Amino acid sequence: MSAPIIEVKDLKTYFQTPKGIAKSVDGVSFSIPRGGTFALVGESGCGKSVTALSLIQLVPEPAGYIAGGEILLNGKDIISLTESEKRNIRGNKISMIFQEPMTSLNPVFTIGDQIMETIRLHQGKTKKEAQEIAIDMFRKVGLPNPEAMINEYPHRLSGGMRQRIMIAIALACKPDLLIADEPTTALDVTIQDQILKLINELKASMGTAVLLITHNLALVYQNAETVGVMYAGKIAEMASTKDLFRNPMHPYTVKLLRSIPGGKKRGKALDTIIGTVPPATSYPLGCHFAGRCPREMEGCATIEPPLAERAPGHLVACHLHDPEFMNKPYSKPIRQEPDKLSPLATPFKDREIILEVKNLKTYYPIRKGLLKRVVGNVAAVDGIDLSIRQGSTLALVGESGCGKTTAGKSIIQLIRPTEGEILFRNNDLARLGDRELKKYRSLIQIIFQDPYSSLNPRLMVKDTIEEGLKTLKPDMGKEARMKRIASTLERVGLVPEMMYRYPHEFSGGQRQRIGIARALAVDPEFIVCDEAVSALDVSVQAQILNLLKSIQRDFGLSFLFITHDLSVVEYIADEVAVMYAGKIVERNRTEEIFSNPQHDYTKKLLSAIPRIDESLVNAWKLPGHH
Amino acid sequence: MLTYIIRRILYAIPIVIGVNLLTAILFFYVNTPDDMARKILGEKNVTPAAIENWKADHGYNLPTFLNTKEESIGKVTQTIFFQKSVPLFWFDFGRSDRNNIDIGNEIKTRMWASLAISVPMFILGIYVDLFIAMMLAYYRGTYLDLWGLIIGVVMMSVSTLFYIIGGQFIFGKVLKLFPISGYDTGLHSIKFLILPVIIGVISSAGAGIRFYRTVFLEEMNKDYIRTARAKGLSEGKVLFKHALKNSMIPILTNVVVSIPFLFYGSLIMETFFAIPGLGNFTIEAIQAQDFAIVRSMVYLGSILYIIGLILTDISYTLVDPRVRFE
Amino acid sequence: MPVILATDLIVFFLIAMAVYFAIGSRKEGTIKTAWHELRKNKLAMLCLAILSVYVALATMDSIRWRDAILEESGKAALTPDGAIIYSPQALSVLDRVFSNIRTNTEKTYSTPLSSRQYSKESVEKPDGTIVRDYPILKYPGTHLFGTDKVGNDVFFIALKGVRTGIVIGAGTTIIIIPFAIFFGVIAGFYGGLIDDIVQYIYTTLSSIPGVLLIVSFMLLFGTSGYQGGLLSELNIRLGFFVPNERLFWLCVILGITSWTDLCRLIRGETLKLRELEYVQAAKAFGVGKLSIISRHIVPNVMHLVLITFVLQFSGLVLAEAVLSYIGIGVGPEMGSWGNMINTARLELSREPVVWWNLLAAFIFMFGLVLPANIFGDAVRDALDPRLRYR
Repeated sequence: MSAPIIEVKDLKTYFQTPKGIAKSVDGVSFSIPRGGTFALVGESGCGKSVTALSLIQLVPEPAGYIAGGEILLNGKDIISLTESEKRNIRGNKISMIFQEPMTSLNPVFTIGDQIMETIRLHQGKTKKEAQEIAIDMFRKVGLPNPEAMINEYPHRLSGGMRQRIMIAIALACKPDLLIADEPTTALDVTIQDQILKLINELKASMGTAVLLITHNLALVYQNAETVGVMYAGKIAEMASTKDLFRNPMHPYTVKLLRSIPGGKKRGKALDTIIGTVPPATSYPLGCHFAGRCPREMEGCATIEPPLAERAPGHLVACHLHDPEFMNKPYSKPIRQEPDKLSPLATPFKDREIILEVKNLKTYYPIRKGLLKRVVGNVAAVDGIDLSIRQGSTLALVGESGCGKTTAGKSIIQLIRPTEGEILFRNNDLARLGDRELKKYRSLIQIIFQDPYSSLNPRLMVKDTIEEGLKTLKPDMGKEARMKRIASTLERVGLVPEMMYRYPHEFSGGQRQRIGIARALAVDPEFIVCDEAVSALDVSVQAQILNLLKSIQRDFGLSFLFITHDLSVVEYIADEVAVMYAGKIVERNRTEEIFSNPQHDYTKKLLSAIPRIDESLVNAWKLPGHH
Repeated sequence: MLTYIIRRILYAIPIVIGVNLLTAILFFYVNTPDDMARKILGEKNVTPAAIENWKADHGYNLPTFLNTKEESIGKVTQTIFFQKSVPLFWFDFGRSDRNNIDIGNEIKTRMWASLAISVPMFILGIYVDLFIAMMLAYYRGTYLDLWGLIIGVVMMSVSTLFYIIGGQFIFGKVLKLFPISGYDTGLHSIKFLILPVIIGVISSAGAGIRFYRTVFLEEMNKDYIRTARAKGLSEGKVLFKHALKNSMIPILTNVVVSIPFLFYGSLIMETFFAIPGLGNFTIEAIQAQDFAIVRSMVYLGSILYIIGLILTDISYTLVDPRVRFE
Repeated sequence: MPVILATDLIVFFLIAMAVYFAIGSRKEGTIKTAWHELRKNKLAMLCLAILSVYVALATMDSIRWRDAILEESGKAALTPDGAIIYSPQALSVLDRVFSNIRTNTEKTYSTPLSSRQYSKESVEKPDGTIVRDYPILKYPGTHLFGTDKVGNDVFFIALKGVRTGIVIGAGTTIIIIPFAIFFGVIAGFYGGLIDDIVQYIYTTLSSIPGVLLIVSFMLLFGTSGYQGGLLSELNIRLGFFVPNERLFWLCVILGITSWTDLCRLIRGETLKLRELEYVQAAKAFGVGKLSIISRHIVPNVMHLVLITFVLQFSGLVLAEAVLSYIGIGVGPEMGSWGNMINTARLELSREPVVWWNLLAAFIFMFGLVLPANIFGDAVRDALDPRLRYR
């Protein structure tokens, strides 16, 4: 192996906060060889983005600072350089692309200006030469008509295009290291595929090393040679991608992998991790994962495990692999987790159709010209047919802007559709007036995506849940309502006493549970889950998916599951409808869609999703003795 | 882009009409011509005949909005509103109530004195405020920034009146550097203008600096600023190139709207320094209770504001490509 | 016999509002967190303490009653039909507390804490000779800020300005809050024609320059209404409640020129809120529109109201001075810093200079406006850091 381009040794990046020093990065070491891709993977708040900013020396000052360690670029430490020397490295030797292509480009300059600025700054080229290089870079990243693109402004380009431009800017000076911080998280899956392919191509042709930062394990599996799994400011496990996915050794990695939904796990509960990530201001003395670890031993919480090679090329920071610790007793009994969810007794085909959508159309007017007259319509939903059976889940999948959310809202009459029938138990909801509709409101409910905006910050949990009961079940007495709220909270895995708290006191996962409780309290039969798990970290997502599956079984609920995430679909849905530009292009049973897609768009979508080889699933076992 | 500008101008038309109606209601309906006559003739020994006389002389002896005595079109035209307010649409301001002077003419001559004080004040003010605000933004988080902010808050907590009185006292009376007040024509006016301009700039600096600084800092948190830094640009270049051009949008919103008002001068400055501009004109009219002048100035002020709004919208097209390519 | 002015209600409402937010800071989520944030800011707390002193003074000056006129025998004087005759002057708690310095008037100007008059006079010496000298004051050394032209204590006049300042600063916004919330929320929530109408109204109103609108209104309302103040009360027949008060109208008119900003802010926030998921969830329950507005929209725009209130406060106090200077502010009889500055301006061109009137007005005004500005910034940062530029 050649000498590494970048070598990070025991990097520590701290932030001064009112609650004390936040050790966002607390001793991280890794190296990347020329042309290699190293992925840092972990859930939100684990310190991976701060690691990236530390590497490019852009930790937000004055709160943040590098408290220790070395960053060697081609063998030379860059932390100790002067500011102007650091500027010489930024954009030149190390460059970075960010998560949000929509806001990462300056809106008031042409994209040509923005790339030429870098080229002229670092390569001392004339304007003309810089322009040639810029056009050449634009061609390399696959922009159509690169000569004309030079004079284009960012707002006229799509997110995928803008990310290509960001890549062109980042690679214009042929840097040694490209840091890609969640480069595709804000993009649709088909665009994500293109962007990652582009990065890989350019990396190969230019010999650039890539630091890929992501929360998506499947992305890592397909794109990185080496992986570091970060947890609470530290690297928990580091190995070649092959080794790590074949033989995960840290309990956190194992748990994380087992919580990813997928086809193989259908019918089973997903693995989850108890508790939450400790705040960066108060990590445990010992292993940061102690307390949440299912195999915690005596001493784990006080003695810090070193990141040591426990198998050839496989580094793990865990006492479970330490011969000296091997025989210590576990500090808590090993929990036997429920592994199975018994399926409904009735076979799918015999279940009653509860909701039928016929030729649903929802149009938005387009206003244009001097007087903003309506000149036409956008067909957000353009004639779709669906049917959902009792106790089953229909997944409505598609990319952003395909109309799936509008379809969901039209079905439960949050938006009145322009045309079509929505037959709920053979009553056409679209024809009903507001008053008659109220009878059905308790039967059809919705769960939202954003756990932060889905709860009114001014209302106690009790009031949030009570609102629906008061409106839809006016006959219910106060005492009965309180009982119902308490039992519903309990059902979604919260403590009844929590009803007297305000939303800001809860974590994202807990808020999502409250959102579910709100819908569940009024006895619905049919729930629209609008990207209900998309904003959550994978371990929290697993908990919510488990919850949704179990309430579906217990109450015989039907779900319309609106999502862009196909691995969730594969796990939870009985049937899938693929939506594209307001229309449904393909509808079938889940197994059929995934094994034998018919429509070209479905095929494209399926081939674009990054996936982990499902045959590995059985190999993911928690380490330990006994 | 042209559609955009035309639409903005079209939007302004109902507002101009609304303002005209509002002033008419205020000055002819809430406050009737009888009230006016009484105030001007003096409350004490006024007879109904004298009031009628005054009204006839000044053209207030018509019904306010609708004349039922007249035929067809006369029903509308033979009213106070039509005679007095409608001509405002083509900037015919009529004559004053007290001295029977031509208001339009007066505005045309006095406007130059107003401009002589307000234009230098405006330009110098923007330069000083922007410059200091950028310094503070550049050195954000340091003691310079902190003290700049503190001084800014202290400065904006002092009433303009104190700046004027204090300035006149110290520079005019004690140090005798400038004349305390007065005005002259042409180049001779300069010595009279220096003091009010300096005081004007200082008295508005606190609020201005704080506003621009927060605008800059708001921009400094944007994603594209991080991109610019990641490219290796120097902090100065990040601030003066990338942040400045984007900050122009909120800055223009604040600044351009006041450009037409430069014609108007400043009510207080002009009276304190005895500069015969439009502000002074207005104050004199207020004190003399000359409603024709006050009404004209209210209307003129509104029109200038509306022009300012249109100019603001147009100025966006200069800095924001998102508007330019609408 | 108590006398209540329209502006007293403003002061009482201000106190009620403070109590409401104090209770809110214990109970509700957002305000509690904001208060927690605010309490850590020592400077802001100091400013709050200073502001409280001002509000306390204003409150003391807002509780007043008329005394019965006493006959020499010590009994209340009666009208022929047996009703008690009250003094035409309604004195406030403040007047009564500072009764000494209120009544201890001199003949004319004297410098702060001086024992002699500022101007020479013919004084008779004990030996009977008459010389031109600075006569000794009746109450030497007691006038903290000296005395004015007619010998009134300047400190007391400045104290009387506190209520005017607080009423203008707070009252103006308090009066407009309901209108701004109502129009802002319905415009944002219902959209369409209602939105167009509301936007038209506030654009039209805001296009008339504020000062001129105030001028027109004050000119038109003229000198009608209760002028307030220490001295003019003799001429006014006071009832139990005095609704027609010049200061009150000034607040209303200042309000008309300043409600548009708040209305625009609330409209924008409502536009955002109505698309939020918790509002959608309420709609999915079939909750009525009014109920959605009152439960989900209005409580979530209240922070804007509070921010606007504190940020407008200092500007309005400063505006009062300017308006009084132009001669369209509070009545000339009323204790107000604007009036003090107005008189002080002429005194500065006198020889020798009379400067303490201006100094007193400056200190009192600055002492209110600076803490208000600092506290306002702190409240805004604690409640909504996104609103930092305005």
